[in-house]
Amino acid sequence: MAGLELLSDEGYRVDGRRAGELRKVRARMGVFAQADGSAYLEQGNTKALAVVYGPHEMRGSRSKALHDRALVNCQYSMATFSTGERKRRPHGDRKSSEMTLHLKQTFEAAILTQLYPRSQIDIYVQILQADGGNYCACVNAATLATIDAGIPMRDYVCACSAGFIEDTPLADLNYVEEAAGGPQVALALLPKSDQIALLEMNSRLHEDHLEQVMEAASKACKDVYAVLDQVVRDHVHEVTTLLGE
Amino acid sequence: MLTSRTFLKRTRAGAVMKVVREHYLREDIACGAAACEQCGQQPGEPRLEAQPSGAASSLCPAPHYLLPDTNVLLHQIDILEDPVITNVIVLQTVLQEVRKRSAPVYKRIRDVIANPEKHFYSFTNEHHRETYIEQEQGETANDRNDKAIRVAAKWYDEHLKKINNEETIQVILLTNDRNNKEKAVEEGLTAYTCEEYIKSLIANPDLVDRLACVSDEGKEIESGRIIFSEHLPLSKLQQGIKSGIYFQGTFRANRDNYLEATVWIHGDTEENKEIIIQGLKNLNRAVHEDLVAVEVLAKDQWVAPSSVVLQDEGQNEDDDENEEEKENTLKSSVSKNMLRPSGRVVGIIKRNWRPFCGMLSKSQIKEARRHLFTPADRRIPRIRIETRQSSALEGQRIIVAIDGWPRNSRYPNGHFVKNLGTAGDKETETEVLLLEHDVPHQAFSQAVLSFLPKMPWSITEEDMKVREDLRYLCVCSVDPPGCTDIDDALHCRELENGNLEVGVHIADVSHFIRPGNALDQESAKRGTTVYLCEKRIDMVPELLSSNLCSLRSNVDRFAFSCIWEMNHNAEILKTRFTKSVINSKASLTYAEAQMRIDSSSMKDDITTSLRGLNKLAKILKKRRIDNGALTLSSPEVRFHIDSETHDPIDLQTKELKETNSMVEEFMLLANISVAKKIYEEFSEYALLRKHPAPPPSNYDILVKAAKSKNLEIKTDSAKALADTLDKAESPDFPYLNTLLRILATRCMMQAVYFCSGMDNDFHHYGLASPIYTHFTSPIRRYADIIVHRLLAVAIQADSTYPELTDKHKLADLCKNLNYRHKMAQYAQRASVAFHTQLFFKNKGVVNEEAYILFVRKNAIVVLIPKYGLEGTVFFEEKDKPKPNLNYNDEVPSLTVEKTTFYTFDKVKVNIMLDASNIQHQKIRMALVEPKILGSDVPNQTTELSTNSEPEKKKKKLKK
Repeated sequence: MAGLELLSDEGYRVDGRRAGELRKVRARMGVFAQADGSAYLEQGNTKALAVVYGPHEMRGSRSKALHDRALVNCQYSMATFSTGERKRRPHGDRKSSEMTLHLKQTFEAAILTQLYPRSQIDIYVQILQADGGNYCACVNAATLATIDAGIPMRDYVCACSAGFIEDTPLADLNYVEEAAGGPQVALALLPKSDQIALLEMNSRLHEDHLEQVMEAASKACKDVYAVLDQVVRDHVHEVTTLLGE
Repeated sequence: MLTSRTFLKRTRAGAVMKVVREHYLREDIACGAAACEQCGQQPGEPRLEAQPSGAASSLCPAPHYLLPDTNVLLHQIDILEDPVITNVIVLQTVLQEVRKRSAPVYKRIRDVIANPEKHFYSFTNEHHRETYIEQEQGETANDRNDKAIRVAAKWYDEHLKKINNEETIQVILLTNDRNNKEKAVEEGLTAYTCEEYIKSLIANPDLVDRLACVSDEGKEIESGRIIFSEHLPLSKLQQGIKSGIYFQGTFRANRDNYLEATVWIHGDTEENKEIIIQGLKNLNRAVHEDLVAVEVLAKDQWVAPSSVVLQDEGQNEDDDENEEEKENTLKSSVSKNMLRPSGRVVGIIKRNWRPFCGMLSKSQIKEARRHLFTPADRRIPRIRIETRQSSALEGQRIIVAIDGWPRNSRYPNGHFVKNLGTAGDKETETEVLLLEHDVPHQAFSQAVLSFLPKMPWSITEEDMKVREDLRYLCVCSVDPPGCTDIDDALHCRELENGNLEVGVHIADVSHFIRPGNALDQESAKRGTTVYLCEKRIDMVPELLSSNLCSLRSNVDRFAFSCIWEMNHNAEILKTRFTKSVINSKASLTYAEAQMRIDSSSMKDDITTSLRGLNKLAKILKKRRIDNGALTLSSPEVRFHIDSETHDPIDLQTKELKETNSMVEEFMLLANISVAKKIYEEFSEYALLRKHPAPPPSNYDILVKAAKSKNLEIKTDSAKALADTLDKAESPDFPYLNTLLRILATRCMMQAVYFCSGMDNDFHHYGLASPIYTHFTSPIRRYADIIVHRLLAVAIQADSTYPELTDKHKLADLCKNLNYRHKMAQYAQRASVAFHTQLFFKNKGVVNEEAYILFVRKNAIVVLIPKYGLEGTVFFEEKDKPKPNLNYNDEVPSLTVEKTTFYTFDKVKVNIMLDASNIQHQKIRMALVEPKILGSDVPNQTTELSTNSEPEKKKKKLKK
């Protein structure tokens, strides 16, 4: 039996997108009042919730405090109902610890941490529904939440994945495309300066193709940026009109 | 851009799971019509013509596009491929279903879509906003797809009306499903069955022949009697297989008896590996190579494999009674202890039908349009086809495809595909054997040829910069006479330090064939050059194979050189690989080279070089044999072909000279050196060749045969085998050793290519080398090209590319190469067989000396050393009294009346061509000496008269 055709000869992917197209990205900022900043983001069927606290004093052991910058504390988790099969995912399993670490690295690179020495910024992200590109959705959601919290950043951090199937780079892989087992690159970009906050690659990809895939990924990140920026502007507009009333 | 999205819920087999997938609907999918201005056309020219100029149809004279549904596409692909049919819209729904149901048809329709002259357009209707529909509650997937097709047709109809054109273009839905057609007409669409439409084509009545006759339900009821029991649906079969009631296996029809077949059970069941199916009803419409499910019958119904030969001769459908009689004859001749597990086919898991070559057996009724077709392969049943040109097709080789096998029909239904030419013609027969062995032999396409270097070609400065200039070396090539694709050349010279420098220079084909382009893909597909007796099917275009890559004498050519420094004991001190430019000083034949070495008067550079090589080769060979390499033998023949008629005029076995083994020795050495190098550099992606050791039971025949001559053959290791084979000689029987070696060859396994990352057994049994590859013939083998590329990367002479370091792709490639090599070998043998027939046709009847190679229960297999020809002599004949046969399994021997035959006995046989069946002409042999009492001892005159008798036994010249 023939497997799934991931990219048809007509140039359409399984869900009807073309190679370079993103899934529909929808987002809202300020979803919770208790937290300092929060955001909800959908990237196709992947849905993520991000909450930011801080900057605030060090909690727990003060010895961890850094004297010249703020400590970025991240936590990633997946809801039990986020996948087709309900599954309890205890904290600190390897996958989520890895993801936590990645998120931490990404945001340490983006947040102007040196403005808040000896303090702490908490970023909590949860995947409510998983359909590929979890890391990217988390980063994008967390960016919006950080902006909502009013924490100064160098730039938006926009993340998007890219794969390589049948000699064509595909942007923003969904679960089916990820599960096919091809190479996958996850890129977190600071779009204005074109600086890379994080780059991760799974499976093998030939050197010759890397450039193409990177180009597709950074193009996708910039597309994400356009959407996020619009969300932020709409949100600000909404808030200011409320204040103005 | 993204307008809306919906969810699709699917469940997978096994655990029921909810899968949610996004499904984007778009507005930017073009309709593909050239005249359409609303759709922003996508890059590339529109596929459907503005003025469709298809074949004129009496049903719809207006310009129209065709829109076939899934079943039409699946069954009538032969028609759709015809150049007459153009301007067809292929819906994504249809394509996806085809893809699921038949990979070959999918590939073919994809090729058609890619051909710009056919004007086929594939419309992605499932993602178009206006043509996507949801599956409704209670609706089957099939119904939904039919509806989707109708909706798309409707959309097209309306969409095309909006085009400003004097004549609106119609869309015609082609469907063979009656319900679907009715519904379509109700909805205001124009719909025809495929048959209606094709018959209405005014200018092309011949297309009707090629219609697949898929009976729709209506027809089936008329012709009452049901012969076969129903096939169970797939879901039931799978259930049955899981619970162990049924077994899954490959159906292998018996070549000699059309009422019998065996099914090889897949999986690791220890017993019941092979199940016998006997009788038409039990065979239940399975065709050779199908994947079937069988049910094992109760023990009291078990049968024994019959030794009877049965040919399906019936012309009529109504001879079922005879059938039963025949089946009874099968059963009566059974002894109790021979019973084997028997079964019946309950269902077909996967059909493995392909187009079959064969001939038409014309119906006796003059005006009849239904005829039976007899395939060349005896394991395939006869096929009923409908044609009006039966008289034109008589005596021609034709290709026919099977469409289906209804329950009430004795034979499968099929349709005519292509006429190859007159049977017996050399061209036609060659075509047939190429087709039957799946050898790609079309001329190279323009796309492929466009990647050839432009002529006149010359070596440029840049080329020289990256290559070592070895033109000063005294290089020469040694090949068989008439060879135009010279891929290897050699040199040998003494260095100042007293050591010898030996170089093997191989044509640098990978310089011209760059990875990934059309030329490369075509060569990879072909895999190997196929040498037939009078023809060569090239793997690469002739410009490369016989000119630019061929290392001809006195021209500068690119080479990949492997250079060793050796001492006089042929021990390698240094190995070096380099891309180079060489200039061969002479291209010699084996005989010429031998002459130079032997003549004492010649003292030029070439000759000294050859002598040096020869000396080293002898040492190398000895060392190799001491290590346990086998010297095997198989009779190879060469035809002397008449230069004008191209008929074979003489047949002779190939002679081996010292120089043959000299060249071979250095090629082996180069291959081994390269194998080591690429494996060292790429432990995961090296393309290597291995030859597995055969299981000990394979040697039984050899050991027993040798024992009958009081010789002992040890088979516990390759070394032991080689040693005992060397010793096995009999002073009064010099040919015995060769015979033993021929037998030993038959015990061997196939050598295969593999990817080093996918396997861990690298040993080459025959050459007794721990590692081996193919490097020395890149002009005629694709494996060598890959090895060249790997080696080039290893020495940093070339850059790598993605596919080269992907072991899964490499493993797939190996699979194809192994398949192509096997098929090429079979095609070669078939070609030799055909030419042998031609030869004996011209020669008439001859008596020759022969040796017995095998003894069978009712026959002996003999080898005629003079022609390298192998054949079977039967002792049972249809219309004659059975001689008294007595077979002894312990010491393989057969006693006929009072004469006993042992393996390796010398006999005299009578050879002649049996042309009674034009489709299966064959060489027939009969025993002349020793004479058998009471049995047929044909002298030449009576033999000629029996010539016209119906054929007796099959399977000659086939291994």
